[in-house]
Order: sequence, then C-alpha cells, then structure tokens
Amino acid sequence: MSDHSTETGVDGGYIGRSQTRFEDQALLRGLGRYADDLATPPGTLHAAVVRSPHAHARVLSVDASEALALKGVRAVLTGEDVKRWAHPFPVGVRGAPMEHWCLAVDKVRYVGEPVCVVIAEDRYRAEDALELVRVQYEPLKPVIDPEKAAAEDAPVLHEAVGGNVVNERHFRYGDPEKAFEEAAHRVSIKVRFPRNSCTPIECYVVVGQYQPATGVYDILSNFQGPYALHSVMARALNVTSNRLRLRTPPDSGGSFGIKQGVLTYVVLMGLAARKAGAPVKWVEDRLEHLQASSSATNRVADMEAAVDADGRVTALRYDQIDDCGGYLRAPEPATFYRMHGNLTGAYGIRNLAVRNRVVLTNKLPSGLNRGFGGGQMYFALERLMHQVARQLNLDPLEVMRRNLVPADAFPYRTASGALLDSGNYADTVDLALRDGGYQELIQRRDRARAEGKLYGVGLCAVVEPSISNMGYITTALTPEQRRKAGPKNGAVSTATIGIDPLGGITVHVSSTPQGQGHQTVAAQVVAEVLGVDPASILVNVELDTGKDPWSIASGNYSSRFAGAVAGAVHKAALQVRARLANIAATMWEADAERVRFADGKVFIEDGPSLGFHRVAGTAHWSPALLPDNESGGLRETAFWTPPQLEAPDDDDHINSSLCHGFIFDYCGVEIDRVTGEVHIDRYVTCHDAGRLLNPMLVDGQIRGGFTQALGVALMEEFAYGEDGSFLSGTLADYLLPTAPEAVEPLILHTETPSPFTPLGAKGVGEGNNMSTPVCIANAVADALGRDDIQLPLTPSRVRGLIGIDEPPAPEGLEPLAAPRAGGPALQARDSVVVPASPQTVYDTVLDPETLRAIIPGCHALELEGENQYRADVTVGVGMIKARFAARVRLSDLDPPHSLRLSGSGDSAMGSASGSAHVTLVELDNGHTRLEYVYEVDVGGKIAAVGGRMLQSASKIIIGQVFNRLAQRLTGKPVGGGLWQRLRALIARLLGKGDAS
Amino acid sequence: MHAPAEQRTEIELELNGETRHGRAEPRTQLCDFLRHDLGATGVHVGCEHGVCGACTVLVDGVASRSCLMLAVQADGRRIDTVESLARDDVMNDLQQAFSRHHALQCGFCTSGILMSCVEFLQRVPAPDEAQVRDMLSGHLCRCTGYTGIVRAVLEVARQRQSGESQQNASEKPYDV
Repeated sequence: MSDHSTETGVDGGYIGRSQTRFEDQALLRGLGRYADDLATPPGTLHAAVVRSPHAHARVLSVDASEALALKGVRAVLTGEDVKRWAHPFPVGVRGAPMEHWCLAVDKVRYVGEPVCVVIAEDRYRAEDALELVRVQYEPLKPVIDPEKAAAEDAPVLHEAVGGNVVNERHFRYGDPEKAFEEAAHRVSIKVRFPRNSCTPIECYVVVGQYQPATGVYDILSNFQGPYALHSVMARALNVTSNRLRLRTPPDSGGSFGIKQGVLTYVVLMGLAARKAGAPVKWVEDRLEHLQASSSATNRVADMEAAVDADGRVTALRYDQIDDCGGYLRAPEPATFYRMHGNLTGAYGIRNLAVRNRVVLTNKLPSGLNRGFGGGQMYFALERLMHQVARQLNLDPLEVMRRNLVPADAFPYRTASGALLDSGNYADTVDLALRDGGYQELIQRRDRARAEGKLYGVGLCAVVEPSISNMGYITTALTPEQRRKAGPKNGAVSTATIGIDPLGGITVHVSSTPQGQGHQTVAAQVVAEVLGVDPASILVNVELDTGKDPWSIASGNYSSRFAGAVAGAVHKAALQVRARLANIAATMWEADAERVRFADGKVFIEDGPSLGFHRVAGTAHWSPALLPDNESGGLRETAFWTPPQLEAPDDDDHINSSLCHGFIFDYCGVEIDRVTGEVHIDRYVTCHDAGRLLNPMLVDGQIRGGFTQALGVALMEEFAYGEDGSFLSGTLADYLLPTAPEAVEPLILHTETPSPFTPLGAKGVGEGNNMSTPVCIANAVADALGRDDIQLPLTPSRVRGLIGIDEPPAPEGLEPLAAPRAGGPALQARDSVVVPASPQTVYDTVLDPETLRAIIPGCHALELEGENQYRADVTVGVGMIKARFAARVRLSDLDPPHSLRLSGSGDSAMGSASGSAHVTLVELDNGHTRLEYVYEVDVGGKIAAVGGRMLQSASKIIIGQVFNRLAQRLTGKPVGGGLWQRLRALIARLLGKGDAS
Repeated sequence: MHAPAEQRTEIELELNGETRHGRAEPRTQLCDFLRHDLGATGVHVGCEHGVCGACTVLVDGVASRSCLMLAVQADGRRIDTVESLARDDVMNDLQQAFSRHHALQCGFCTSGILMSCVEFLQRVPAPDEAQVRDMLSGHLCRCTGYTGIVRAVLEVARQRQSGESQQNASEKPYDV
C-alpha cells in the first residue's frame, strides 16, 4: 500500500496525487537557499560564543580585554550589556520568579550556556578570541537527576524560586478514587524517558541587524515557529513587537522542532549587532548544537491502572516529572500539556488523576522535538497496557481491543477534554493485523522461541494529535491565573494568493517548512481549485513578519500543515475563484454559479470560454469593466481558525489539538544473546491520518519519523555525567541511525476524513515518534520477560537485561553437592498485613492457582501429591539467572493458624532450598498479620555470589511471594499507592482525618 | 607548508570544469573556501568533524569530506560539487531518480550524498542493496529514513547497466 505508482487524485484532480516535489528541482542541483547561503550586507561581522564549561557555577567576572586586543575583533557582548538593553525571556508559568537571559548574568546553569559573544571580522578570528576571554567561575554543586532535583535538600538552580519545582498541577477527571477502590486489579509501572534530539543536519543560523534610527531589530534566522514566540523575543529585546522584524530564508535544512530553540540566539545576535554597530552573523557548529541548542524533555512517570476482571481499564493515574533543564524556556512546560487532552490515548477511560511536576536541573533547556510530548506519554501508557496484559495473563492485543474508543462514539470527548474528531480504531487494528500478517508473525515468534531464540512481539496504539490549540499551554496555570491572564485558544493559519496582470499565480504561506514539501502541496490545492497546471504556480514560503500575513500559530509544528495551512490555502483559492467567477459572469451576463475552471480556462459549459490569464488580467488592466462589487487588483489572504479549539474550562478540560489521527503498530524483534543487539525482524505501522493530500509525501514523513524513532529506541541519548558534563557532544558519541541500521517498515493506511478541517486531512508527520519507541520496548519486554525496560535499548543495556544464563555442566561431570557447613546459610523474619480474615488467607494459600501466581518466575506448577508440587522456576540473583526444577510443598498444616511452605531445587547453577514457617495472627479489625520466618540454603556456584547479595536477593524474592499473596487477596499492592499516601497526607494537613 | 597564520595563499583549482582562483589562509577549510570564496553553496556543512557527510565533494574524482581538508590542499586539483551534475539545465539520471523516489526532504544532506553516489556507481556499477547501504553509511540523513535514496541508486544502476535511455529513466513511478 506504500506504492502509489498507479494512484490518481480524487476525482482526477490534483489533491490526493503523489505529485513529485517542485522543491526538488533546486535542492538537487545544490541551488537551495539556506540561511548561510544568502548574501549578507557589506561589513557583516561574525560571532562566536563563549560557553560555560560548568554545569552550575556563579560567574564572578568576565574580562574580555585580551580578546578585544586581538586583530580583527570588533566587540564583545557581555551579561552587562544584556542587562542594560534587554529583559529576561517571559516564562509560561506564573509565580516562578525564574530569570532566563540570553546570556548568563549571574550564574551558569548548564554546560554550554552562553556567557559572552565575541564579534570579529571573520569567524576564524572570532573563534580565536574565545580562549582569550577570561571568565572566573565559582563552581556549585549540580543536580542532574530530576527526582533528586525535586527533593527538598537538592542544590537550587534559581535561588529566587527557592526550589527546583517550578510548576505543579493536579488534575482529576471522573471519579478515579472510586474506580481504584472498586478495581479487581491494580497495575503500576514506573518508567523513564531519556533526552534525545531529532538533530537536523543544518544547525542554527542567525544574521542580526539593528537600526538605531527606528529602533528596529531586523533578524534573519532559520527559526521554525511557533510565532507565538515572536512575542517572547520582542519582549526579551525590550522593543514593541513591530520593532522585531523576523525573517526566514527560503530553505531550511531540517528542524523537527529543534529550530524553535534558536529563539534565544535571535535575541542574542540582535544585541550583538547593536553592540558592534554592524550586522552580525552567527552559524552554530555541531558541537554547539549538540550541547546547547535544544532537546526533548526527559520524564519520570509513575503510572497506575485500575483494571476490572476482564482487563478493562477503568481509571488511570499519572504522576509525572518533566525535566526542562536549566531554564524553563518557552513554550515549556508544553511537553506535558500538548498531550493533556489525549492522556487516555486510544482508550475510552473515563476516570483520570494526574499530578504534573516541572523541575529544573543542570541540563540544556528542553523544547520542541518531533512527536513533542507523545514519545514520553505513550512510552508510559503503552508500557502500562502491556503490563496489564502481563499481570492479568491476557493477550496484550485483547487488552487493547477491550479498551479502544468504540467506532460509534466519534466525535468522542475524552475524560480530560480532547474531542477526538474521527476514526474507527477497531477496524484499523483489524486492517493492520490482516494486511501486516500478524498471525504469521506470532507463529514466527513461536518457532524462533522453540529454537531457543530470544524473540518478542510488541504492539501499541496511539492517538496522534495535530494542529495544537494555542491555549493548551495555559492548562499549566490554575483557572484563577487563567482568568487573570485572559483566554488563549485557537490556531490561526494564513495563506495568500496573488494573481499578477498576466495571470501568474503566486502563493504565500506562513508555515516555514523544513523539507516537508509545503510548496508542492499548496500548488496542488490551488491548481485544483483554479483549474490550472500546478507546475505553473510559484509558492513562496519565506516569512517576513514586517510585511507578510502571520499570526501566533504561524510556523511549522504540531503537524499543522495538511489540516490547517492547506485548508487556509484552499479557502484563499475559493475566494479568488469566487471573484473570478463574478468577473467572468458579468462579462458574459451569466450566473456566476455556472462559471467553471479547468485546463487553464474559465468557461461556461457549452458557452463562452476565456484563458485564465485573460479573466484574471481584467482585474488589473480593465477595472472599469469589473462588476460594481469588485475593487480591482487580485490578491486574497485567508485566515482560518477552527471553532473547536476552545480555551481550557474551569475544570481543566482542554481540547489540546484539533485533529487526532490513529496509529496501530506492531513489530517482531530478535535479540542476540551474545551481543544484546536488538534486530527488528518486522515492523508494521498502520495510520489513519484522514484524507491524504499527497500519499508519497505522507509515506516520506512516516519513514523519516520512524527512522528517528528507531534511533530513540535503540541508540540515542543526550547523556550527562553526575557532575553535569555533557557526554554526547559529537556525532561520534551521539549515534544516529545510518542506512545499514535503518529498517523498512510496512506502511498501511486507512482514511477517515476529519470533519473539522477544510480538506479532511489530519497531521501525520509525528506519529511514529510517538508509537515506535514504545512498540519496540514492548517487543523487547516480551522477548526477555522483563518489566524494567529503559531507552535507549543499546546492546550493553540489553545485555544487562538478558543476564547470564549458566550453561549445563559438561556430560559426565556431576554437579557439586551443596556444601553443608552446619546449619542454614540465611535466616530471617518479616511480616505483612492483609485485609482479610485468617481463614480466607489460609484457603487462598492452599489453592494451586494462587501458588503458581505468587511464586516469582514460576513458569509451570504441577500437582504431584497432596500439597506437593513440581515447579519450573527461574530465579535471578544479580546478573546471574538460573532455571530450577523445583519441588514445592505445604506442610505442618494447622488451619487457620500456621503452615510451612518449603521448596528445593537444582539448576545448572547449583542447588537451593528454602522453607518458611508462616503464622497467621488475627488483628482487632479482622485483618490478618502474616508473620514468616524463613531459612535459605544454597550450594554450588550460586553460593559464590556472596552472602550479602544472597541475603538481599532472598529478602526480595520471599517478600515478593507474600506481597503477591496479599495483592491477590485485595487486588491492590500492599502499603497503598502514592496517591493514597498523598491524599492521606493532605487530609492530615487539613485536619480531616484519614481521607483514604 | 610554513606560512604565517594570516598570510593568504594563492590557490588555483578546477571547480566543476572551470579554472578558478582564490586566496585562502593556511587553516581555511576547503568547504568554507568553496562556499564563501568560490560561491559553491551547494556544498553543505553539517558537522565539521567528518561524520555527517553533507560536505562531500569529489577531489580528483574521489569522494572526500571537504570539512576535513584544507583549501590549500586542493591547490592544483580537480574539485567537483553537486553543481556539476546537471547539464544544460537538465538534471542527470541520478538527480531525477532522487526526485521520483522522494529521496530527499530538506535537501541539506543531499548534495553530499549525490557526490558519494556518483563516485560509487563508477566504482561499483552493479551494486546490491547491502553495498548501497554500506556506501551510504558515511552520510546522515534525518528526513527520509534512506529508503528513497537506496531505491534511487539501485534503479539508476539497473538502468545504466541495461543501457536504458534517459527518456525511460525519467518515467515517474510516483507521479501520474
């Protein structure tokens, strides 16, 4: 289905065709005009940036005198200049007096933070002078781990804030407490999502100019939007917004969200130009880009699901920490809130509890990165759904199916407020399973496993949001703060069509593309409406805020082109067509409704006909012939914003995005036992992105996003040392997929048009960045039978997860008997309280099904005699893992007071035996305290692990047995979840007693 | 060469078939010289440490990283950049195949990739997919996932082997 060779457009028109790109003609000849290729004004100087080598330090002094003495150096911009002329960047959350300036003014808070700018006659000289700038630092203790940063005793980055948590919000939708109370099962998972970057091959470029006469900063940059950030830059430059003229070049060498982060350098180079009294150009190099441009936000997520007996999820709890780095740079904390409306993913879950905390650490500030927020959120949600299946012993596919939003529910309002526009999730899943060969893949896995291979299958379902609501970020504010700030919502897109006196058509869009083919698609849309050849149309995608139509939603992000911008183009084309039809109808004294446009002609069926250029030219050459309601000239600008994108309401419901595509992915992976390398055997990705405007470009977006996601899953991480040093500083350290590592996914499509966009299209470019990392992680979890999957799944990490499987002893060699040196090696006691009567507990223990479920690593349990079983159990101690053929026995039965649970077994690793005497004590409230005293005895190689490790391992394993028993009796983990503890704490503080 | 850091040296080279002159400091990178002094802005700079391959040009017919060469080292040599590929405003078969197979998006890595492909197809006229992917491993493309690039190179190799005309080669599998 990914071969479009025979596909034609809808109704034989241009929309829907796999039109090859008009952009290619220049780019393939090396004639693209990227920011560094454009002519600069005479006398342009070049900048180089002095950067902090420390993750956290006070800046004591900056001495640039030696640098200034170097021949060719013209000026140095310092924090003092910046304080004099500029302002800190406005921050998207209230009540956090965090100051972020474009240069460090008091402290540095990440390695690579700009400290001053050297401006010289050429770049080589500017770089020479960097080492002549003397900066004195007083190093401070850094904090890198987000959980540690949130703790009270952590080093504080911004003293004025008082702590590192700069925003915290709690949300509650439906009745999550009740759902958890009534749930048959509770399943929880804690995951971490690493930092990474989609890493465009072209780095940041800024050419700054300052005009003292008008006070205008005129700045060219390969900025990608959103243009809401224009306000942030103007505010930081301390000028009214019309005095920041921001321009983009005709071409941009990739961005994927990352070029949003150039905003701080736009300000910096504007000030540098002012300081130098000349235009200043800065071209970022790769080392600067990796350490100090932008990155995805790393996240720690604690999640819990309330699940009924059939595997239906009735409630979700998110407890999340986003690590935004050294400063909260706009639009953060948007990583959280872009996904807020669709936190329940593709599932119809009505009860939801969320706690979101934003922390600062001594890392590069985070920002937009393709799939923004989705990679993080779906990694947690879809790992959890996989875990639900595992814990309930169900097929993951079955669990997903039982929870999908039903097809007859669209448009579907989610618990947290998103309006899922259209889709048929169940049918899309069926299509993907059928056309992707799912059954065959499962058989393949079973065969591979029978041959002793490590093979796993992973699945995931994702709702892909697109066309962001410009008001979603205000969900980070309280309703009261929002009322004060005024409502923010919508997503205005813009397109202009101008027709010149000879009928030449020029289109302008404010979508600042970086290779997505907007020129081609805009031409397709206009050609279809006006009945002309798309190749005759020129599309200009440069944006100049000084003279082009634009709005805050302009720019290229949130996959907004196909749905919103192409829609605005369509609207503008219809406006032009209506005017032309009116002109022609007047000439022909006919009804405008009857005027048609095709093949470069304007005509009436079986009636008069004129060339398109003749009718269009009338508006310029002979305005006296125009109808009365025609003003002459021919240029139409359309603004379009969808009414569905409302501001968050007082209960924090937010329709965070206009469109919601659906993706269902699955894959098979085989893992090399020796190297730990994950080999993707097959990957199937099925998309419903509404109507496809150009299927070739859609598949190009999917392949590109998929390959980046492959890097996220297996290779890429922006890693930091404990001292805050950046460990991924070159492309030899930060590995990206190259052609041999790339995998060819099978791409499938179905089209459910969006009712909310003019052309029925939805966004499609980011979906795999959301779905693929977790799909691969689920497959690896399946292959290894492990729950603790962390990205990237590099060979060394995976090797650690595999552990060491001891081979059997050579034939003829008897395993060593366990050395018995006077009594058991280990003895200990512990207890756990279970909310059930002793009799219930006793009966449960005697049930073989219970026994199988509570023994960790138990693959099979077979009845041998009364209360005696043969078991197949895998036990791991540290890196070493062994499979035991074991015997399990229940003895000394004294119902319902006490019993003995014992087991013994042999493996290639040696022997082990253990026994626990369990006493059940009835408590006053009818609950039972289960006290157990146990002994463990080991022999053979396993004994070589050492007593201390064995002690803790035994404690964990035995503890697991009794905790699982308690869980089985109550359907929840003992000790209470974080939420319960929090509620209890809040209740205590409010003096309301125990709220839980 | 022992020249003071700021002394500019006269350099003469053949760029895309024309003799060109310029002056460069001993430390000037070849990529900077080609772009800013000779105007060959089709040469793109992506990493300046020899990993991404965007700056690849042909030096005496051999694909080379122009960020890892000094301009003075190119004195007297023949340099071919992406600007040399189209003849009389018509793109060559490889460029056309790239467009047909959607082998580029932002186009920033493309000029370097094209130059490696040009040299590779001369050395290995009938490659298999693994060989093409191996050759491409010296380049980073962040947009395409490499699929279209691999298909384009294999198709051009096949067409050149079977002596298919340029006319047939420009048939568009994606277009209608």
